[in-house]
Amino acid sequence: MPAFLITNNWYDFRDLGNLSGKLLDLLDDALPFGVVYVIAALLGFVASFVIFVLPSQLFVGVYGERKLIGRIQSRYGPNRVGPFGLLQPIADAIKLMQKEALTPTSADRALMYLAPIVFVAPCVLLFAVIPFGPNMVFADIPVAIVYFLAVSSIPVLTTFMAGWSHNNKYSLFGAMRVVAMTISYELPLVLGMLGVVLFTATLGLQSTVLWQKEMDIWLVFLQPLAFAIFFLGASAELNRTPTDIAEAESEIVAGYLTEYSGMKWGLFYGMDIGYAIAAAAFGVTVFLGGWTFFGLEKWVPPWLIFIGKTYLFYFLFIWTRGTLPRLRIDQLMTFAWKFMLPIALLNLVIVATERMFWVEEKADDSIVYAFALINIIAAAAAIYGWSRALGYRPENTPQKARLVSEAGGFVPVDAHGEGSK
Amino acid sequence: MDGFGVTFAFWVLTGVTLVAALGVLLSRNLLHAVLFLILTFVGMAGYFVLLSADFLGMAQVLIYVGAIAVLVLFAVLLTPRAGRDNGETRMFLPALLLCGTLLAVILFVITDTNWAVSEEPATVSAAGLGEALLSRWVLPFELASVLLTVALVGSIMLVRSREEEAEDPR
Repeated sequence: MPAFLITNNWYDFRDLGNLSGKLLDLLDDALPFGVVYVIAALLGFVASFVIFVLPSQLFVGVYGERKLIGRIQSRYGPNRVGPFGLLQPIADAIKLMQKEALTPTSADRALMYLAPIVFVAPCVLLFAVIPFGPNMVFADIPVAIVYFLAVSSIPVLTTFMAGWSHNNKYSLFGAMRVVAMTISYELPLVLGMLGVVLFTATLGLQSTVLWQKEMDIWLVFLQPLAFAIFFLGASAELNRTPTDIAEAESEIVAGYLTEYSGMKWGLFYGMDIGYAIAAAAFGVTVFLGGWTFFGLEKWVPPWLIFIGKTYLFYFLFIWTRGTLPRLRIDQLMTFAWKFMLPIALLNLVIVATERMFWVEEKADDSIVYAFALINIIAAAAAIYGWSRALGYRPENTPQKARLVSEAGGFVPVDAHGEGSK
Repeated sequence: MDGFGVTFAFWVLTGVTLVAALGVLLSRNLLHAVLFLILTFVGMAGYFVLLSADFLGMAQVLIYVGAIAVLVLFAVLLTPRAGRDNGETRMFLPALLLCGTLLAVILFVITDTNWAVSEEPATVSAAGLGEALLSRWVLPFELASVLLTVALVGSIMLVRSREEEAEDPR
């Protein structure tokens, strides 16, 4: 049934790329040559950032996150400003703008002023390559995955700039922690993405989505290990709570944000959420089929499917943030180097073997379902086996409280001189 | 080079890269110099993109800006503050001589080479690059990876403490 296929008419709201394309064509006829490129960039900025990302930051990022974490921790969350506390993020923003942005006298003024600004720019750039629909992608470049990884490594430098410029020990600690953690987690993250790229044989994001649409399977089933690595690595690089050692309040005040106040701090806070949304959008595009949903995209606007999936992915970030306690820095480093890196290498070997078999034997495309089955089993076995090999013994965890002597511990001689049993 | 956009982008990139490179030379603060150096690398990545070598441009940002800059920052942290704010100028003349010689050599090569101009726009795809690396240029590629492994093992050996070495079963 070929009905409900997305057309190229400008009024087809299922793909807003048609409308903007038509608009730009009309403008190109009316305006002098070249101006339309500037307008296209502005239009892409407004469409993806001002219409999608900013409201998402405010109402999914700030409000939804605080509300959900509140519910997870048996609290109400924001409920004072507006209905259900919905206007809380706007009140927060107004408060932040009114506050004075202080600068310590011993700080490096130029760097401290520049850092929040440079922190915002890559976040806007990241959304340029994210496909919201068949035609709704601003820059469908052939190396979009590498572009995403490259641009998302710039904010690390900015956080270092911020931490160093304060001339404050806690800030520098936070900055050093960010750098150390990013070096550690970038490696498994890139190796995991390499597995995905090997499978799809493309570096573009739109073509990755189309590959999944054509094979009728999401890459999360084909690459469960890579998905796990991406999720863990991304949440570590985003400094979200189970791994937010860079701004651990109980250890180093607020890390690289210690001396920031007012809107300068607000930019960091807001853009942290922006990067989390960008990571969610990237994860959805690469692993969860992007704007496709097994044929549903013919009836429902693809951009709605994409936005829904992005928010659900972001919910995973909120969930881990609300549930898990913060890890120590040595635990995080050990996890990256001893657990994630070997797992990522194993994943790469498996994918390379499968890909070679697929190409050399000229196997049918339906072989991906067999690969999916193999990879899911291999992923479960690898994660379980490797964690046991590293000394994880869940059966040794006591189910109820025990005395020290029962557990085989050392009990010193007590005051009555009876000694240990 | 044709088209207003490409020319405009070229001059903007040239301006940014040159100003940043001057900043590397002239700034007294070592950390500022490193940040200017990163901006220079970004400008170079822009040139790669202008030459439709997208993958090279992205790799430039990923490797230089992401990784090497981070390592340079570590190096900055390990230098004492006195040596950071007011750079030594004793080696000014030898450095100037070395740079001048290098510039002369490079300029000579640039002017002397018979540059082949191809009519159709060249495209360096990631797939083509990978194939070239693993077939024609496989020896330099493998040598580079061996070099990196040696560097990795060497750095681990350098930072090992005596206590850790004593624990090692022999």
